[in-house]
Amino acid sequence: MDFVTILQAGVATGTVLLFATIGEIFAERSGVMNLGVEGMMLLGAMSAFSTAVKFGNPWLGLLVAMISAGLISQIHAFIAIQLQADQVVSGLALGFLATGVSLVLGEGLSKAGTISLLPKFSIPILAQIPVLGPIFFAHQSILVYFGYLLIPASWYYINYTRPGLNLRAVGEYPAAADSLGINIYRQRYFYVFVGGVLAGLAGATISLAIAPGWFSEMTTAGQGWIAVGLVIFAQWDPFRAAFGAYIFGALRRLILDIQGPMVLFGLKNPFYYNPYWGFFLQMVPYAFTIVVLVIGSREAIRKRIGAPAALGLPYIRGERGL
Amino acid sequence: MAIKPIEKPSSFFPFRIVFEKRLKEPAHWVPFFVSLLAIIIALILSGGLIQIAGGDAIKSYSHIAKASFGSIGVFSDTLVKATPLILVGLACSVAFRARLWNIGAEGQFFLGAFGASAVVLTPLLPANTSPWIFIPVMMLAGILMGALWGFIPGFLKAKYNVNEIISTLMMNYIAVAWNNFFIYAVWSESGFQMSKVFPKTAWLPRLADYAKEVPAFRGLTTHLGLLFGILASILVWFILYRSRWGYEIRLIGDNPQAARYAGLNITRNTILVMMFSGGLAGLAGMSEITGVVHRLQGAISPGYGFTGIIVAWLAKLNPFAVILVSILFGALILAGREIQPSGIPKMIQGIILVCLIASDFFLRYQIRITRRA
Repeated sequence: MDFVTILQAGVATGTVLLFATIGEIFAERSGVMNLGVEGMMLLGAMSAFSTAVKFGNPWLGLLVAMISAGLISQIHAFIAIQLQADQVVSGLALGFLATGVSLVLGEGLSKAGTISLLPKFSIPILAQIPVLGPIFFAHQSILVYFGYLLIPASWYYINYTRPGLNLRAVGEYPAAADSLGINIYRQRYFYVFVGGVLAGLAGATISLAIAPGWFSEMTTAGQGWIAVGLVIFAQWDPFRAAFGAYIFGALRRLILDIQGPMVLFGLKNPFYYNPYWGFFLQMVPYAFTIVVLVIGSREAIRKRIGAPAALGLPYIRGERGL
Repeated sequence: MAIKPIEKPSSFFPFRIVFEKRLKEPAHWVPFFVSLLAIIIALILSGGLIQIAGGDAIKSYSHIAKASFGSIGVFSDTLVKATPLILVGLACSVAFRARLWNIGAEGQFFLGAFGASAVVLTPLLPANTSPWIFIPVMMLAGILMGALWGFIPGFLKAKYNVNEIISTLMMNYIAVAWNNFFIYAVWSESGFQMSKVFPKTAWLPRLADYAKEVPAFRGLTTHLGLLFGILASILVWFILYRSRWGYEIRLIGDNPQAARYAGLNITRNTILVMMFSGGLAGLAGMSEITGVVHRLQGAISPGYGFTGIIVAWLAKLNPFAVILVSILFGALILAGREIQPSGIPKMIQGIILVCLIASDFFLRYQIRITRRA
């Protein structure tokens, strides 16, 4: 039980949630809620792993994962944006579809053997920083470092760039944005696509870097749903999303590692001597998600911040309303 | 009006295809026809994907048809699979009618199974109890546990505005871990990951049990749970369309703003609807565990809770249509077990839901073809 090691692994695990959450933030900021994150992540994990097995190249796997999840997200985009269907059901449908397709195409993949993983390395000077250095900058996968770059980049993009302003306008008040010549439909298609790509990346992060392999539905084990919950906790802000994602990552690691040692804080480790108590540990991330949602919702009410105003509402040109 | 013309500007094509918003409800047969068309398209699409994945679509479909409707015996098995779907489909219908997205029926199903098992295994009742007491107590336990699992997200939604989609889903994972703890640790039978078999008095009677009196029932597995499902459909229909509470549920679902102005207690109704929905799903778990599995184990559901969402949507939240749709999906689940690759039934379900939700467009819009000037 070395806490630095656990936190180091926790950051890596949290990167999965980070990608999925930021992707969903982009989609929801444009006004489209996509509940298919779990399915898209599975598809990403499956396609990344199977490509890596077949061609021996994890980079190609990464690319295929992002493209396939991005493409499948467009089904939801079409149904929600063009056909103006209920986004909840449409997102669920996408999730079922993507899960089913992943299971069918991933048949037999769990016995496919090993793949070469994405590279891991340390950042020369930053890794020397006491405590934080080894946690964040030592022996991490390249995707973890990409995550560090994605957080400020997406924050800056959403809040301080022209396209980001358009994105927020489309999600808050599409009619006004439309009157300024922004193509609402194109914007929404694009950001649902971005959300899909990042969900695919999240899935690929699992199967190519964090927990390599294909374990059918247990590959993601509900992390896509946790990501959707984190978006609410994050109040649609990438930095808060990162905070939540890394905490969840550390929590998941802690749960795995806490059952190992015989002695915990100088006491007999109850989880070592009663391995069945591990089932209660398994509940923790899911229960914690609910707790986090309660905190997030209460804070949102107190601070009077909320979801993007047009979230979940189809935009119909020329009709009254948002 | 909102017109979004999807037209192909072509001088050869003298017509214009315009989608217009319907001003009045479509005729009675339209939704049925549109849904049927959506299913047919979904099956064609799934067939294509099965071919791509290396299977044989026509063989798969004819296998599904034969293995689920081919004889009285297999049809009875189909009904067995349809039984939990009816109850779970009703659970989803009630919640969706109030616009509460209870997608935690799977977890409520597991807890219902747990509640029923607890009666036998704790044991709350001795093994030689008469079925006339055993079964009602187990039903009650299943319903209560399911309702409890619905109460938690309902309460959080009503009091703290916690998104029920995510909380119900999280409750699913918690339910699975909860059951696993009891299967592995507490009620494990000599180290196996399952409990001991329930005493016969705690089994729901099957048609086959009456083979002596009615020889035609020999080997038929359909159990009393089906009757629960049918009675529950009638009950749900009565509550939704013939009772004051049902009127409130529908009003809240259709127009929460108006419901609030009318002085309806939204908080109380949210919690009650979630509990009612959870109770139905819990009853499904109880019926499955006492009618089919006869012991508590891990693999008691091939995703009934999620299929229930599709059932409810395909039935357009109509309690009686839920029965028919459940039989179709029961067939898919029953016959799907033997189809390779094993993910195919799940994929077909996903495609059906996608096509179905897409087809709703034609209920809100009508196509008009006009001659180009």
